[in-house]
Amino acid sequence: MAKSSTVTKPRDILGNSALRPDGAHKVQGSFEFTSDMHAENMLWGATLRSPHPYAKIVSIDTSAALALSGVQCVITADDVPGKPTYGLISSDQPVFAQDFVRYMGEPVAAVAADHPETCRRALSLIQVVYEVLKPLTNPEDAVAGTFDPIHPDGNVIRHQRILRGDQTITGPIVVEGEYVIGMQDQAFLGLEAALAIPDPDGLGLHLHVATQWLHEDLTQISACLALPAEKIRLTLGGVGGAFGAREDISLQVHCCLLALKAGRPIKMQYSREESFFGHVHRHPATIFMRHHADADGKIIKVDARFVFDGGAYTSTSPAVLINGITHTQGPYKCDNATVDGYAVRTNNPPCGAMRGFGVVQACFAHESQMDKIAAAVGKSPVEIRLINAMVTGDPLITGQIMESVAPVARCITETGAIPLPEPMGQSVNELSLPGGSGLTASRSNIVRGIGWGVSMKNLMYSEGFDDYATARCTLKDGVASLKFATSEVGQGFVTLAPQIARSVLGVDEVILEPIDTQIGSAGSTSASRQTWMSGGAVDGACRLVRERLFHHVGLMHSIDPLRLVIDGTDVVDQVGTFRISVAEASDGVEISETFEHHHRATEELDENGQGNCHTAFAFVAHRAVVDVDPELGLVKVVQIATAQDVGRVLNPLSAIGQLEGGIAQGLGLAVMEEIVMKDGKVRNPSFTDYLLPTALDAPDVVAVMIEEYEPQAPLGAKGIGEPPCISVTPAIVAAIRNAIGKNIERIPVRPQDICL
Amino acid sequence: MSANEFYSLRVNGKTMPVQDSWVGESLLYVLRERLGLPGTKGACEQGECGSCTVLMDGDAVCACLVMAATAINSEIVTVEGITSETSLTDVQQSFVEEGAVQCGFCTPGLIVAVHHLLEKNPQPSEFEVKEAISGNICRCTGYGRVFAAVEATIRSRNEVK
Amino acid sequence: MSVIVAKELTTALTALREHADARLIQGGTDLMVEINFNHVKPTTMISLRDVESLRTIRRDQSGMLSIGSGVPYSIIEGEPVLSAIPALAQAARTVGSPQIRAAGSLGGNLGTCSPAGDTLPVMFALDAMIHLNTVDSSRVVSIHDFMTGVKRSVRQHDEIITSIDFPIINGWQGYSKVGVRNAMVISVASACLVADHENAHVRIALGSVGPTIIRCREAEAWLKENHNLSTGASISLDVADEFGKRAAAESSPIDDHRSTAEYRRHAISVLASRLLRKAYQ
Repeated sequence: MAKSSTVTKPRDILGNSALRPDGAHKVQGSFEFTSDMHAENMLWGATLRSPHPYAKIVSIDTSAALALSGVQCVITADDVPGKPTYGLISSDQPVFAQDFVRYMGEPVAAVAADHPETCRRALSLIQVVYEVLKPLTNPEDAVAGTFDPIHPDGNVIRHQRILRGDQTITGPIVVEGEYVIGMQDQAFLGLEAALAIPDPDGLGLHLHVATQWLHEDLTQISACLALPAEKIRLTLGGVGGAFGAREDISLQVHCCLLALKAGRPIKMQYSREESFFGHVHRHPATIFMRHHADADGKIIKVDARFVFDGGAYTSTSPAVLINGITHTQGPYKCDNATVDGYAVRTNNPPCGAMRGFGVVQACFAHESQMDKIAAAVGKSPVEIRLINAMVTGDPLITGQIMESVAPVARCITETGAIPLPEPMGQSVNELSLPGGSGLTASRSNIVRGIGWGVSMKNLMYSEGFDDYATARCTLKDGVASLKFATSEVGQGFVTLAPQIARSVLGVDEVILEPIDTQIGSAGSTSASRQTWMSGGAVDGACRLVRERLFHHVGLMHSIDPLRLVIDGTDVVDQVGTFRISVAEASDGVEISETFEHHHRATEELDENGQGNCHTAFAFVAHRAVVDVDPELGLVKVVQIATAQDVGRVLNPLSAIGQLEGGIAQGLGLAVMEEIVMKDGKVRNPSFTDYLLPTALDAPDVVAVMIEEYEPQAPLGAKGIGEPPCISVTPAIVAAIRNAIGKNIERIPVRPQDICL
Repeated sequence: MSANEFYSLRVNGKTMPVQDSWVGESLLYVLRERLGLPGTKGACEQGECGSCTVLMDGDAVCACLVMAATAINSEIVTVEGITSETSLTDVQQSFVEEGAVQCGFCTPGLIVAVHHLLEKNPQPSEFEVKEAISGNICRCTGYGRVFAAVEATIRSRNEVK
Repeated sequence: MSVIVAKELTTALTALREHADARLIQGGTDLMVEINFNHVKPTTMISLRDVESLRTIRRDQSGMLSIGSGVPYSIIEGEPVLSAIPALAQAARTVGSPQIRAAGSLGGNLGTCSPAGDTLPVMFALDAMIHLNTVDSSRVVSIHDFMTGVKRSVRQHDEIITSIDFPIINGWQGYSKVGVRNAMVISVASACLVADHENAHVRIALGSVGPTIIRCREAEAWLKENHNLSTGASISLDVADEFGKRAAAESSPIDDHRSTAEYRRHAISVLASRLLRKAYQ
């Protein structure tokens, strides 16, 4: 029988597991994703894409498509009124291909029609004559300069070196490897969608879109449409995951152009197949790495050569490259380094942001190397990492001093303290062995391995980029409302923001205003930055409101505002006896403040890769236990133990969700996820053959949150979204190597890599 | 029946007319675009993700793989039909309370799949839970909190008895 | 496009005879993918979803289990199939996801007739018999004659697969399927092994490693000649591995985006060896 409760439910303030405000809608299916949106009188839009990785466009004839009943309009590059290209760093990517198509799937035209089926037929009626060219598909050809430029900006997107310390120093222990990382896809479930509603006068429009950065979209859309930003409103529609794939423009400009041309609302949404072609992917990379170490295994020098295949257009390749090469050393002390890094252009699909942003690739290389050093000096994977572990105050190979809290050793030891899973029993359920219901193995065919991975990851943007965030707080009659442009993609900022307001202002009811461009930029939901930056902005705005509230209360009750604090849901005089509820204190007043949170300034790197280019860092360790069938090469990840440097846990439920979700993505890259390319063509653009981890692939995750308050962070909390997907991948591969006693230097690991 | 002919489907206990549709449309499309029931989501159109899971005659199936016009003799239940008028079901409540919802796109399909599992098998083993939802892909949670939500539901149902 | 939702088999058969352009749809797990992706644009559909007579499982006196072509995999995973033809229940459990298994059927697997069809190796290993009906005729075809190539069979346009007969064999039987993920995978290589104690013979059939399912007659013959199967004694690793190699030698796998010929051949040798050892331990 339920007892009557005399315990008040804890308030949903920072540190508590406040529940998602949109959770009830999401479990009922009534949460409106962008793909659920409709408008009166709307048409559907669809995109025609190149089937060729590299070709000259000889002619485009849209007349037959235009003549099809139900088709409203057809647009191509000629219909772009403003800037014909866009891009996050370099505007080198055409809205529609003009003279050349440079990757399979590049948009060539778009149609608006009365039904998705009409759109599909219209697309098939657009006649494009191509002159197929031999594609550039090997990044080394781009590095070597042996292929004619496939773009006016050339085939090398960026080249950067890092030279640190003694370039000629060597050590008695030398280990090296060439590490290959395949192309991973973000594969968010909520497919690309947008709804563009033109203004009646046709001089502006309202775009509802699932995106990571409203204002950056706005800037690019405005330029391409040749419309001032004030005439374009962007509102965030419900977003079904992002993981980096929504940072670049995909359907935004197309949807807006169609809407303006048709004079009617246009809904666009991608199918899964189109989605694989419609967004950027994680950079495939080849990384040569060599470590010199002393007889104890202490790192003396690291040499590395990175080649990131950026695909046809620049996207964020320059930044991904810098992230990768500046993380060459991993979370370890290293005084000497020679690093050469290239991000190159090919006719492979464009690559850009994906959770981890270049550090995933670097980490696979450096963690594989650490195990080689360990083996060479007869130390364990844990010992080798502990003796090399970085601490706060250490210099990085860029010369930047590690100023962040850096509990690397603690991450490792606390991970190691997590109990290993029970050894496989003799009478184990065969369905839970590698191979699952495929019943490919018996217990005696399976070997268990253990492996480690540790990483550091930069937070926020780098190289002088001021990725600030804005928020407005309004307090009225005891209720706070918050306004921000922070993209909620599932990570839970809409849960955190009210927690901040409740903690700072002592309110319980917090209203979230629509997320749109009617307020300043919040920056991108990426780079593990929103808790720090948008959280900092909300915190800053709430504090300003609180200050004014205290001033108001002080005036009303003749108390020095400096003596006032928030206690629970009251305003209290710390020195006297005065106490008044926040609701009463704010009755009849409306206090509104806007705050921009900026992180400290960073620098560009010089020609030797020296400079304080990163803002802050977070650390994490992973230990993987993996069961392997060495004869068949099948794998089951049994347990992932992890201790992550989070600074401060603001919401335990949200935090564990990020860790478990990131681990699953890292597991995917380790053993099953790869976009398979052949001669510039994508061979597996579907969920049948691009495999994501299912519930039967998920390991037991045992996580420890290491809370060492980060003084630089406005709330003491570090970003936590990316670290979970970074070092888990090399940990799993190390566990496979441990099980089979064989070297593996590529991810994802395929069955044949294990058994043949 | 022929193209553009009227037919009707039994959805969530109501008979709902379908008009002006191409009879080749999937049940997923008809539910979302013709019957005003957008709770069921589409993420792959191939039966590889489970976002479109609905109940048909008591079985959990992918609506994207059902030709709507062939379902005229079936009882269809969507996430909207599982949801009660007045409150969240215990499964839905557990999903919210255990943090099993992040972006929420896979959530309706999972809610239907879990309701179906617990109806057929009120005391599933850990493996049976995982197998029952192995056709529902979640990209955000890594499934940990989803398992916790299912366990919490089973526990609370056992306590009630 | 028109849709005929049949409630009786005769309705479906009649419509099939009448409409030369008609396509059959049962669970829809293969055909709807083709339609959703616009690879197939049927003009007349005949739905078998509500034809109850295709959803029965019968056991007859001669020791045969007859499974209706419309029985979903989710039923085949359980009794009576689980006890009578365990390899078929195992194969059914590996198909797609629970949602797919609630809809897909043996009739669909045969109708599509892909070499990656999960239940087809079981049919080949058990010498299943396929019942085909037209509106005015019927015939029974051995599975070995039924499948003629990749997605090709002897089924005529006006025929519906109505049931599949599986002999119940005295002896161990098992099915194994290799996929990269632990659930919901298209098979990269699969095998079904049936120990027939009555005839002191082992049968093995392979999936996903040739244009049709492959019954490894030579490997089977070698085993019979070189090992006394009638004693039921356990089989050594050497014999099993040799058997595996020989089974693999009869396969003709290809390289594709899912895997390589080399891996597939290797996987078959491992699966065949392990299945044989399980059958005789």
